Amino acid sequence: MVKNSLGRLVPEVFAGKTYTPYKDPWSLQPHCKRGTRDIKRIDHNAKKLVGNLRDGIIASGLKDGMTISTHHALRNGDHLLNQLVKEIDALGIRDIKIASSSVHAIHSEIIPYIRKGVITGLECGVNGMIGELISKGELDCPVVVRSHGGRARSLITGEVLVDVAFLAAPYCDEYGNFNGFYGPSACGSLGYAIPDSIHARKVVAVTDNLVPYPAVPVGIPQSVVDFVVTVKSLGDPKKIVSTSTRITTDPIGLQTAKYAAMVIEASGLMKDGFSFQTGTGGISLAVADHVRNMMRKGKIKGSFGCGGITGYFVDMLQEGLFRALFDVQCFDLKAVESIGRNQNHQEMSASMYASPFNAGAVVNRLDCVILSATEVDVDFNVNVNTESTGYLLHNTGGHSDCAAGAKLSIIVAPAIRGRLPIIRDRVTTVTTPGETIGVIVTERGIAVNDKFPELKEELIKRRAPVKDIRQLRDEIYAITGAPRPLEFEDKVVGLVEYRDGSIIDAIRQVKK
Amino acid sequence: MTDFKLRRSMLYVPGNMPSMLQNIPLFKCDSIIIDLEDGVNYAEKDAARILVTNFLQNYRKRSQEVLVRINPLYTKWGYDDLKMILPAGPDGIRFPMAETPELVRELDEALTKYEKQAGLEVGHFSILPSIETIKSVLNAYEIAKSSKRLTGLAFGAEDFTASMGIQRTRTGEELFHARMVVVWAAKAAGIQAIDTVFSDANDMEALLHETEMARKLGYTGKSMVNPRQIDVIHQAFAPKQEEIDHALKVVEAIKQARLMGTGVISLGGKMVDAPVVKRAVTTLQIAYAQGLINEQINEEVIYGKE
Repeated sequence: MVKNSLGRLVPEVFAGKTYTPYKDPWSLQPHCKRGTRDIKRIDHNAKKLVGNLRDGIIASGLKDGMTISTHHALRNGDHLLNQLVKEIDALGIRDIKIASSSVHAIHSEIIPYIRKGVITGLECGVNGMIGELISKGELDCPVVVRSHGGRARSLITGEVLVDVAFLAAPYCDEYGNFNGFYGPSACGSLGYAIPDSIHARKVVAVTDNLVPYPAVPVGIPQSVVDFVVTVKSLGDPKKIVSTSTRITTDPIGLQTAKYAAMVIEASGLMKDGFSFQTGTGGISLAVADHVRNMMRKGKIKGSFGCGGITGYFVDMLQEGLFRALFDVQCFDLKAVESIGRNQNHQEMSASMYASPFNAGAVVNRLDCVILSATEVDVDFNVNVNTESTGYLLHNTGGHSDCAAGAKLSIIVAPAIRGRLPIIRDRVTTVTTPGETIGVIVTERGIAVNDKFPELKEELIKRRAPVKDIRQLRDEIYAITGAPRPLEFEDKVVGLVEYRDGSIIDAIRQVKK
Repeated sequence: MTDFKLRRSMLYVPGNMPSMLQNIPLFKCDSIIIDLEDGVNYAEKDAARILVTNFLQNYRKRSQEVLVRINPLYTKWGYDDLKMILPAGPDGIRFPMAETPELVRELDEALTKYEKQAGLEVGHFSILPSIETIKSVLNAYEIAKSSKRLTGLAFGAEDFTASMGIQRTRTGEELFHARMVVVWAAKAAGIQAIDTVFSDANDMEALLHETEMARKLGYTGKSMVNPRQIDVIHQAFAPKQEEIDHALKVVEAIKQARLMGTGVISLGGKMVDAPVVKRAVTTLQIAYAQGLINEQINEEVIYGKE
């Protein structure tokens, strides 16, 4: 165990692999070549369509001890990973690691297969039940949580070697060209699958919508796809994308959004060329609504909107408020429809979006990003992974990537959730280092990182409710009381990787 | 001296909901009305009273005016409300169903009695009566003059239309005469006029229209039940830029006049005297409250230092 620069005790070796403790967001420099795979050559008349999922697994050569991946663009509607694990079990294959771009609540179905030894490790973060059981020590399955950019990085550097990527392909031809734009399981952008298609040793496209060759526009090309298999259904369309994402009507949430908008306005970033990313939550969309009105009022021509894309951003593109959208994942139907027909709505890979180790990611060009938080501490460190129970319940997403890349990262969170204070002395788990966070906005006030003295001054001038973060914490504690520290065992059940691969925190088993 | 307290936005918060009470300090409205009357079921009257008392005791340092809407004194809860609430220190009482001046005087006496007992200055607690039945509309002026504690008259359209046996409409023609009577009575008595609640929290356009109309008639504020309405109501009461510019000129002119030893001066050919300055100061105070100007205007400007 070593202490990293944030004072977190982290292991140097975990599940047989060696890791570097986190030092700072900027300095870690890799000294390696890109991860490679064998050069391929297939017969000019070879067929790639091999049958069903089981045939695909057999064709891929998957064996005991290997690593597989899927993408999570089908989100909580995904049926592929569950089907895949069942087939792997049926074939008697054991000791498989999952390195998907994310694992969702729907994948709780694989829990029995973890118990059975079919799945023995998670090279990716998890949402929901699996994380909870791992945290309780009821499921033995080492987990390494990675951000979207960090995951792409780990594939590119070869830190995580994916033996077979099984990529859900909503619109696919028999020679392996596919996109996510059309079909019953349309999900829009396949940004998270692109690194897998380039770096996995074998790539299997899995489709429920085989279309005549060629499937255009080509998202992931035939030249990287080894096999094509068909399944009855990739997922539940209702859970793949929401029919609509809505602005909150909660007055407290609206007030928080208004404060966040004040911060953006005071930052001076709101001018021609403005670029922006926000989430899909009701408050984030309320902030987007303010941004939209500010842009209209100031006749501002933005450059791009980024991230997981909602219909809200599509409207802003159509209105001419942004020149382009960079889309790694579509969140609603409107975004899916738009990416299939609009050239300025650009699909981007997770690497281009957020990897720290390339010649420049899109997050580096962001002016402003709105991010959420489960907890924030007085050093501005943010936790989005574990909850007040100490259980690992959420994946990192692009949180630490965007915070590091954007000129100004704004955390928007309620001061009190349930009866728990959100700003506290120390977060349970550090996901994103405070050094990369600009401002914390709650309904009870705005805390500005000392790195932005001019912004702080400007906000005070505008009579925004600026407070020292400790003062804000005290005001919240006055209502909720100071939370009692959680009790953990010594056993480390998971790691939280920072985007550069260093270990920013460890997740320990929660004491019963 | 005229009461300059801004009461553009008066938000009702039910007294039996801890989650909402907890958020009171966050709402940027001018006044809060914690409700013990219609918003609270009979079975919860006691619980609400205890909750509100505790909340008020912990919210002494505040930037909003806090009124409590008690139950009418002729109900079995009215006096019990006062007994528990007054020691917790609200700024005043929103007095429902104030149909006659006698009812207001009864409350006035009860407040005086408590103030004397508690060693508070007589007049410490204010009263804002609700003019919400046809009878109270007809008695509006008498009610407006019935106590020195009155800060205004608050028109209540829901009970009013019920007492008339008519429906309330989106455009509100049926309220027009009553609205005028209430604002006239208030103005004649030198107190504020607070317009009725607009119930549809999703129709911001109609809310804006109604509030702008109320402002034109002379209303200085509006009651509301949803915090989402605060911004729209403030927008409606916000002075226009030309009004602010003019008010600033008036204040500058009167300051010059004072330097010359007079309280009257001509600005652009029009006479500037105390009433004109008073209006300008009100405009600038609202402008300041809404962040439209950066300098707070002192009331001394109107009459000069003593």
